[in-house]
Amino acid sequence: MAKVIEGLYYSESHEYVRVEGEVAYIGITDYAQHALGNVVYVDMPDADDEFEQEEGFGAVESVKAASDLNSPVSIKVLEVNEALEDEPELLNKDAFENWIIKVELTDKSQLDKLMDAKAYEAFCAQ
Amino acid sequence: MQNKTTCLYDKHVKLGALMSPFAGYEMPIQYTDITSEHNAVRHHCGVFDVSHMGEVIVSGHDAEKYVNHIFTNDFTGVPSGKVLYGMFCYPDGGVVDDTCISKLDTNLYLMTINASNIDKDVAWFEENAKGYDVVLCHKSEYYGQLAVQGPEAEEKVQELLGIKCDDLKFYEVKTVEKFDETIIISRTGYTGEDGFEIYGTHKFIVDCWDKLIAGGVTPCGLGCRDTLRFEAGLPLYGDELTDKISPVMAGLSMFAKFDKEEFIGKEALLKQKTEGVAQRLRGIELEGNAIPRHGYKILKDGKEVGEVTTGYRLISVDKSCAVALVDADIKLGDQVEVQIRKKIFPGTVIKKKFYETKYKK
Repeated sequence: MAKVIEGLYYSESHEYVRVEGEVAYIGITDYAQHALGNVVYVDMPDADDEFEQEEGFGAVESVKAASDLNSPVSIKVLEVNEALEDEPELLNKDAFENWIIKVELTDKSQLDKLMDAKAYEAFCAQ
Repeated sequence: MQNKTTCLYDKHVKLGALMSPFAGYEMPIQYTDITSEHNAVRHHCGVFDVSHMGEVIVSGHDAEKYVNHIFTNDFTGVPSGKVLYGMFCYPDGGVVDDTCISKLDTNLYLMTINASNIDKDVAWFEENAKGYDVVLCHKSEYYGQLAVQGPEAEEKVQELLGIKCDDLKFYEVKTVEKFDETIIISRTGYTGEDGFEIYGTHKFIVDCWDKLIAGGVTPCGLGCRDTLRFEAGLPLYGDELTDKISPVMAGLSMFAKFDKEEFIGKEALLKQKTEGVAQRLRGIELEGNAIPRHGYKILKDGKEVGEVTTGYRLISVDKSCAVALVDADIKLGDQVEVQIRKKIFPGTVIKKKFYETKYKK
């Protein structure tokens, strides 16, 4: 069973947003890493890049397929998780612990449109 | 249209395989994960259900003459018990299909064809059989097929299936009488490792599968079949060979025998070989871990020069590599760029065999 964590915001394309004060962390969910299988490459943006809500900001690749990363909310990238450059498999080990980008939210009201843990769990069970 | 299933469908489901449509069949992509199945074949032994592949038997007085007419390789003077790889080509040199043909006996040939091409191939065989005294027998529904691959394949086939195969050399084939049926076994495969392909009735194939799995052979899906064949530099019809990508463009003209009197496509291919082609397949090794996928653009000095046919983060070697169809002036050692989404990655043109194959010659 895929793990879901309380207190995070979830998108239908299986990204999560963890808000901590003025910054937030975005990554893929445990359900997503399961579905992908062995992650072999993470395509990440650069610091200072800006993305609109639902815009693609990168990709996660398994042996067989590339899966686009879409920004659940509008963001400005502060930092990327450089550990994933050398060890993309960290996403398989713990997708929630290993965030992909640290961001500034440019429109916090967009969080309201995302799912909470309970809703996301139900969404995955469909 | 509902997808077909092979005789091993229930076995795949029971093993928890991820099933997916492929060439009109519900086929296993992976049982556990691509990487561990790939490594099982490289280091030990894996078994693939390849029952979706098509089989056509050619017999009759003109069988050899007919096979030599439709096939780029040459059976002239080749003894029974040999397998040849080659292509069926259109008159313009484009490829109908690539195939292994087994010479089972004088004027008795088994043509193994890609599942995705069965209907097209069979129609093409019949169309080109006019004037030849041959019988074409379409046996795809009759035969199931297993590929047992890896350095331990010989031992596993002999011990677990009781089929003697250490007498077969690479690309040799024989028939064996077993359980009141005639099965076919060849020392061939699509992985770059030693191994065997076995053809028989559905009942026989299911029985072999059970024995191999019980004996510790790893069940392997189509996912690692593709990573294995790609590392070994073997083409996949639809990616590296198509009706637009000829054997000469694919760098496979050694499988077209131009000293043969005639075969369909000979003139066009000979012209391509002597006058040159506009584009050809090259290997590219990427700098970085990004993965060049089918259809991604290849650039040189910012100008588009081709596109990727297949690419992977390799499993046996720590590299990202692609095979790409590029302009003919792109040579070995050249620096090119691969566009992956919004980023550009530098790469070097190399030979398109990325792994040292380990066949038992």
